[in-house]
Amino acid sequence: MSTADVGTGIDWNDPSIEKIRRDMVRFAQLQLRDAGAAEDMVQEALFSAMKYESSFAGRSALKTWMFSILRNKIVDHIRKSSREIAGADLVSGSAEDGDDFDALFNERGHWNPEDKPPTWADPEASMSQQQFWDVFDACLEKLPPKTSRVFMMREFLDLDTDEICSELGISTSNCWVILHRARSGLRLCLDSNWFDNGEAAC
Amino acid sequence: MLSCKDVTRLCSQEQDRPLSLTERLNLRMHLAICKACTNFRQQLFFLRAATQRYREGRKTPDED
Repeated sequence: MSTADVGTGIDWNDPSIEKIRRDMVRFAQLQLRDAGAAEDMVQEALFSAMKYESSFAGRSALKTWMFSILRNKIVDHIRKSSREIAGADLVSGSAEDGDDFDALFNERGHWNPEDKPPTWADPEASMSQQQFWDVFDACLEKLPPKTSRVFMMREFLDLDTDEICSELGISTSNCWVILHRARSGLRLCLDSNWFDNGEAAC
Repeated sequence: MLSCKDVTRLCSQEQDRPLSLTERLNLRMHLAICKACTNFRQQLFFLRAATQRYREGRKTPDED
């Protein structure tokens, strides 16, 4: 596709584009868990970006703009294909994971002393460290696939729970349970692998 | 009075739906005396902020 006729000045052969493309593939793979589909999705997003580059407003947010195109492509893909994911499968899958996080509480529903969430030291600062994101990725990948799928739809594709429920054919309360499990898992994983030196809460 | 386990559930749902007035009051009463649940809640807000950064392709600032 020629870009010579558009005057926004995006150089699609610039090495920075390749870097963005790689990040997009990684993002799509996390969402779709299917390397082939992820590549296709990114390819489509790149074509759209080139086609509509005149609608891109400012260079500083190029990556953000390209990610938003990719996100829309993934949402469309999920809307088209989600009926292939058996809702029943998702429901039984979540039951099978068990209530792992119940073990953090005693029989009266209070935190076990050693499981109380500690204060995290300066979490904002973590976000500017590459190592933090490596841990974050690893923690995301550790979530059970079905739990992860619902979490991704909610947090990364920004769908509301009603839509997720109807796409996946699960009940709203089931959706909340799965999201709660995903957040608890991610929180616990970051707590033990990144914020290890926090002080225990009393 | 809500247990910590109930509170963590509410803290998660708070990210997905508006809580009722009763839920908000119960939550506030519990959080006022429970540091562990307060931390839990803040950590969920942090997760939300992190995933938002992530989905915008801004995992680290100024990387472009």
